[in-house]
Amino acid sequence: MQEPSVDLDLAQAHGLTPEEFEKVRAILGRTPTFTELGIFSVMWSEHCSYKSSRIHLKRFPTTGPQVLQGPGENAGAIDIGGGLAAIFKMESHNHPSYVEPYQGAATGVGGILRDIFTMGARPIASLNSLRFGSPEHPRTKYLVGGVVGGIAGYGNCIGIPTVGGEVMFHPGYNGNILVNVMNLGIAHAGRIFRGQARGPGNTVFYVGSRTGRDGIHGASLLASASFEADSEAKRPTVQVGDPFAEKLLLEACLELMKTDSIIGIQDMGAAGLTSSSVEMAGRGGTGIDLDLDRVPVREERMTPYEMMLSESQERMLVVVRRGTEEKVREIFRKWDLEGVAVGEVTSTGHLSVKFRGKRVADIPVKPIAEGAPILKRPMERPVREDSDSRLDLSRIKDVANPGKALKGLLASLNLCSREWIYRQYDHMVRSNTIVRPGSDAAVIRIKGSQHALALTTDCNSRYCYLDPRAGARIAVAEASRNLACSGAVAQALTDCLNFGNPERPEVMWQFSECVDGIAEACQSLEIPVIGGNVSFYNETEGKGIYPTPTIGMVGIIEDARSAMQCHFAREGDLVVLVGTLGEELGGSEYLSQVHQLEAGAVPQLDLAREEAVQYACIDAITESLVASAHDCSEGGIAVALAESCFHPQGGLGAEVKLPAGKRLDALLFGESQSRILLSLQKANLPKLEKICQERDAPFTVLGTVGGNRLKISVGQDAEINATVAELRKPWSEAFPTWMV
Amino acid sequence: MKFGIVVFPGSNCEHDCYHVVKHVLKQDASFLWHKEKTLAHSDCVILPGGFAHGDYLRCGAMAKFSPIMETVSRFASDGGPVVGICNGFQILAEAGLLPGALIRNRTLHYLCQDVYLRTESNASPFTRKIPHGKVLKMPIGHGEGCYYADAKTLSRLEVEGRIAFRYCDSKGNLDEESNPNGSLKSIAGVLNERGNVLGLMPHPDRCAEAILGNEDGRALFESVISR
Repeated sequence: MQEPSVDLDLAQAHGLTPEEFEKVRAILGRTPTFTELGIFSVMWSEHCSYKSSRIHLKRFPTTGPQVLQGPGENAGAIDIGGGLAAIFKMESHNHPSYVEPYQGAATGVGGILRDIFTMGARPIASLNSLRFGSPEHPRTKYLVGGVVGGIAGYGNCIGIPTVGGEVMFHPGYNGNILVNVMNLGIAHAGRIFRGQARGPGNTVFYVGSRTGRDGIHGASLLASASFEADSEAKRPTVQVGDPFAEKLLLEACLELMKTDSIIGIQDMGAAGLTSSSVEMAGRGGTGIDLDLDRVPVREERMTPYEMMLSESQERMLVVVRRGTEEKVREIFRKWDLEGVAVGEVTSTGHLSVKFRGKRVADIPVKPIAEGAPILKRPMERPVREDSDSRLDLSRIKDVANPGKALKGLLASLNLCSREWIYRQYDHMVRSNTIVRPGSDAAVIRIKGSQHALALTTDCNSRYCYLDPRAGARIAVAEASRNLACSGAVAQALTDCLNFGNPERPEVMWQFSECVDGIAEACQSLEIPVIGGNVSFYNETEGKGIYPTPTIGMVGIIEDARSAMQCHFAREGDLVVLVGTLGEELGGSEYLSQVHQLEAGAVPQLDLAREEAVQYACIDAITESLVASAHDCSEGGIAVALAESCFHPQGGLGAEVKLPAGKRLDALLFGESQSRILLSLQKANLPKLEKICQERDAPFTVLGTVGGNRLKISVGQDAEINATVAELRKPWSEAFPTWMV
Repeated sequence: MKFGIVVFPGSNCEHDCYHVVKHVLKQDASFLWHKEKTLAHSDCVILPGGFAHGDYLRCGAMAKFSPIMETVSRFASDGGPVVGICNGFQILAEAGLLPGALIRNRTLHYLCQDVYLRTESNASPFTRKIPHGKVLKMPIGHGEGCYYADAKTLSRLEVEGRIAFRYCDSKGNLDEESNPNGSLKSIAGVLNERGNVLGLMPHPDRCAEAILGNEDGRALFESVISR
């Protein structure tokens, strides 16, 4: 087959700028071959090179005594005691999931799993964070069904529980949904594998599924450009998942990792064979010779260009110690997988690719791996036509019927029960799930250890739209607060930074502000960022999404038996608020749902206060003082109280009294930060008082658990008085009713 | 007592079963690779949950051709206790060791949740220590768990006391609301003629420890151990 001749036009069609094309020519000292052009275009795509974000990401704190592996590898790792490491990462699969929701979401799960087990960890828990467009948008239901089905289909089949997540709806995502998937695995701290090609003469193995033409240019064309109206036409760039093949690959790799064969191993994810070989040689300071004639293919007449750029799923590149090849082949034969030696580590410092005896690419590794353009894109604070961030409450009528408003909020798709979703995910396989989906954080025990891990994903994108820096700070604080509500001390986070087109200065400004917000909260709460992912170009026809810096966080509970859940559990317990009531209505779900307003200052966040409240909660749980702990977030204290009444087995009411404030709506539905609802036996109150004093965390006794009604009085008036059943009904029925 | 846990390439719950029998109940246990033909002197065979061969075709349709199934079959016909949990049940039905079939759930969705089971027979090694009528809480996790058999088979199962468990409410009442997947006669588990082979869709392996908030599943393992 005749390959097209390479010129600037072709380079630009590949997404390279004229300057980048010149740089390629300078590196090679000649015009690249067609295959080389393909390699450069994917390696220097936004998706693979982080060219717009890299200068900003340096501001994250990434170290701590618990950190075993920070950013830069396939995933981050922390020490969780007992000689074990938790390895985790979150990644986006936004564009593919919009184009083909089932396969897009499924392969998103498959991709993040490979990032985890390539490090030597057995994946034991998945989470996700999803954003869809308006519930009324004609495509939304189709996308929800497909994405949930894809996550379930892949995760259930491979046998890794999906234990938690979040989902929000907003018209800002009509043309660009977000599918962020996170996975955590457990490895021996001393047996973490890395993506490095070391030792010239060692053998490069290709393992897993065969290579086809699927996903070519997924990274460069799908993930690194905005959508236009023709998104459907991009369907061929979406890969197709095969969870059974991945299961085989997972088991075979873990078996191989018990031997001493492996020098380095890396997933063939975005940009497949290209990025895995370039990155491994880059980290190892070596070169790699590849012989494409040995690559197992599943389609005829594949060209070197196609083989190098295919994003066929369920494949890995493994560098094995010379002389152990037969052992490697034997293990992959056992699992009925391809395990083929396709090349060798060299000392040339070049990636050299042969096909039918001819050299089709010869690229110095260092300049392509590290020499990717680093852009300092212009930034500019957007000028809003409307006065979004100003809110004149005097022009908004206070709530007249709080009971009705509460029911309305509970029945909204953003606040209602997510059971319809998580019931489709196997969240119990591997028999580790102590706190199931539906609480503030999921908790899984670690077999063979006293510890448990708590996991959560979080982001309020409305806050990030109104004030990116404050919104990002809150995302970190709230994720950490979710963990605290389960009794866990936050250890580290992974992020998935979803933004619009970085070529627009206001998007870059949002990005930079969010990075600063995350960094500030991380510094203050001492939570390092150990890995993550940036997803730009979430934009259709010039309209970008709300900035959505999703946080995935992991914490440790010293004694698994003390893991806490969020529902009232005992008749007669006291209801206590740790934190202060607050009356901030800005940016709230209530304003958006009831007044169709997305405005106002986002809630204040005092990070010292936040820390005090969280540690008071953790101490109280550790000392076995409380029966439930629940964060007050979207929907305010009224929604948090109602949710606390919805215990999956039965449910208990409560009677609480709040002091009268300036406005009823702000008091009941405002989203002031740093607040946790606890329930505990009366006898434990003095101990809680002492903890709160020591931690300098304010607290108030609000009322008592019991009966079958939720009664909230403000001052002398009973403002909300409804049975738990009549509150629970709209909350539990909203999602399935909408999906029908 | 020694448990043999069959591992198909797509098994997912083999470690959960191993953990229960080995670490919780302190019994001997070993994994049996599906390409093998021996049971390594096991006294009881467990076919665990999962997606044996990916199950892109019918669940269990390929697993019945795995070499080990011939040996399992022989072990069963010699009276050895065999339990198939979830996918294991699907495989036993496909292999003809148990009657009936498991088809798509009524809702067409995969379902992961707790259910209640009423113990209908204690004439099996796995239920002999569970009082007749006892209600157990147990998780399910399946997309194809709707039990189906023709009318003649159903009435035979009933007459011969071979329905081991039925889905019920927390008080033990049978109703359609408590039947998560639409199984005929609310059947959650059945026995073979001799009573030594049990298949059930719910997961006793997921509820055999206090830390998981539910120990109802222990009774099945303890029954067979105390034999």
